[in-house]
Amino acid sequence: MKFQLWIEKHTTQITAITAVLIAAGYASKYLLQLPVAYALLLAVASIIAVVPIALHAISALRVKVISIELLVTIAVIGAFVIGEYNESAVVTFLFLFGNFLEQKTLAKTRASIKSLTAMAPTTAELVNDDGSVETVDVDDVEEGDVVLVKTGGAIPVDGTVIEGQGYTDEAAVTGESRAVTKNTGDSVFSGTLLSDGYVKIKATKVGEDTTFGKIIELVEDAQDTKSHAEKFIDRFAQYYTPAVLIIALAVFLVSRDFKLAITVLVLGCPGALVIGAPVSNVAGIGNGAKRGILVKGGEAMDTFAKVDTFVFDKTGTLTEGKTALADAKVYGADAAQILTQTAAVEALSDHPLGKAILNAADAQGLDYTKLSISASQTLKGQGITATVDGQEICAGNQKLLAAHHVTLNEQQQADLAALQATGSSVVIVAVAGQVAAIYAIADTIRPELADQLAALRQAGAKHLVMLTGDNAQTANYVAEQLGIDEVHAELLPDEKVTYVKAFKDEGRTVAFVGDGINDSPSLATADIGIAMGSGTDVAIETSDIVLMQSSFAALVHAYKLAKKTVMNTRENVAIAIGVVAFLLLGLIAGFIYMASGMFVHEASILVVIFNAMRLINFGGREKEAKKVPNLTAVK
Amino acid sequence: MNKKISLQLDELTCPSCLTKIEGAVKQEPGVENVKVLFNAGKVKADFDDTQNSADNLANVVTKLGYEVKKVRVKDL
Repeated sequence: MKFQLWIEKHTTQITAITAVLIAAGYASKYLLQLPVAYALLLAVASIIAVVPIALHAISALRVKVISIELLVTIAVIGAFVIGEYNESAVVTFLFLFGNFLEQKTLAKTRASIKSLTAMAPTTAELVNDDGSVETVDVDDVEEGDVVLVKTGGAIPVDGTVIEGQGYTDEAAVTGESRAVTKNTGDSVFSGTLLSDGYVKIKATKVGEDTTFGKIIELVEDAQDTKSHAEKFIDRFAQYYTPAVLIIALAVFLVSRDFKLAITVLVLGCPGALVIGAPVSNVAGIGNGAKRGILVKGGEAMDTFAKVDTFVFDKTGTLTEGKTALADAKVYGADAAQILTQTAAVEALSDHPLGKAILNAADAQGLDYTKLSISASQTLKGQGITATVDGQEICAGNQKLLAAHHVTLNEQQQADLAALQATGSSVVIVAVAGQVAAIYAIADTIRPELADQLAALRQAGAKHLVMLTGDNAQTANYVAEQLGIDEVHAELLPDEKVTYVKAFKDEGRTVAFVGDGINDSPSLATADIGIAMGSGTDVAIETSDIVLMQSSFAALVHAYKLAKKTVMNTRENVAIAIGVVAFLLLGLIAGFIYMASGMFVHEASILVVIFNAMRLINFGGREKEAKKVPNLTAVK
Repeated sequence: MNKKISLQLDELTCPSCLTKIEGAVKQEPGVENVKVLFNAGKVKADFDDTQNSADNLANVVTKLGYEVKKVRVKDL
């Protein structure tokens, strides 16, 4: 097997030698008038060049696969036997040279992923128990180990800072290049860079378990997850190649023309057909990966291109999800006291509205942590109830209050309506069965969103839907601002799933866009689940497309990219089929022979690869540069 | 005990290599879920370490004529 490895490594040189021999052969025929030298040189070229091809053919045969190499090998040996040395030499050379070019161009289509994996650190500075530091392979770091990272270093693990501080650039994980401050206790991610500082990190996740490791694995798997078209072509090729062998045999038996039979073998190679569809997907997925758009394979690409209905979750998707207390109406209680009590209750949840109240309480310097809390209960889609210092407090929406038989008086009704009309979300707080306060919490709509949604429509989206757990007035306000077609408000998470299902039953192809935090069921139910702006494990697992940047520009790009990729795949399949048809016609008409047939084949393979390569730069290179200032301006 | 192996190979360029490697690794005893990633140039599989070893699997692939650059084994 050493021989085969050696040949494998030196195929490029063999190709070059073959080229020189063929050139020398033709030179001796036409310049030196030496037909014997011509035949001899071409025969030698054929023998040398057929070796690597035949080796591939044999090792494939061992595992019962009839490969293209086998067809070529038989054809070349056949041509050699009947003394057509020029045909055999040129065919082998073109095949090897074609493979060489294929390898180079394929590497280009894979470059985006390569640049991603290249960011993965290979070594780590491990801190031993005695405080000494040694450099080890990143695979040898285990959970619980402590590693040291200095300025300019790549962070080798997911973990927590236990000493020191600095700034990291988390572009590898969030797709967003900006400095993030890290102090003791903060989480850091593998693959991100410490642009400044000095930190010791305790590893919580290592290797493939880190967020970055998962992203790499996802993209690598995605490139090889085949679309329906690819699976079909694979199955087709499995039978097609042996069929060519049988057809060639039949041709020989019928026509008794040996040369015609071996020509059929060469012309029948399925080259461009096999490579055409996968290469489009690889290039398309690579284009996305460079922009922080992770598409999980050819099938997701296909389905996404067919999507006509986009369903959006409101909070954190259409709005920024960074809520702030905008207004407060207090009824007969001390404003500070009621805010403290509300904060104590909201501290129990991680709801965005609750966070806004906690932030407001913190900003006013209220200490809500000392209050005693008991009998707390969180009702999904309603709010929270708890007993705070002996008083029953309900904080939530109208459903929650209705369930606790709390009614709003006329003044409160009017205030509520006025607050909601501004597009704010409200939290109504009742103490001991009496409404004590109404808090208006505003969540800003993402900037330029109306334009982005219009772009989405232009790209082919027919129906835009918003689903939200928020109240109808807020929802309508947001929808109106954005030009959304259909709104459903005051929904529980499982009701969102029902709507997604209903849309699918209507025969639509549905994409659900959410932040991936509490909408996993909807992400999983939709034809295409798109998780926006989070590299959380759950989001990566349940969705079909992950947008690492929380940006609608990325969504629009991903949609256009999917359509473009599917179109590109179709073009390639059409080119491949066209070439086979052309060759057959040429053979019948008598202007195509072995060498010219092989030339057309190899040329068509390059054409489909080049066609796919157009996808790599789809959307322009300068776009990435433009995005960053946009984002910082928003913050 | 079941382990997960991941072999990093040189660039793969022929789709038939894929079938070849997959077929050969599958035939080994105690091996399941063989996946050859054509574009990433990786072979992934689960195996039972009482019946097979990582070294042997790497050897099988090497014998087919592909250089194994890196072997990673993880407990399942």
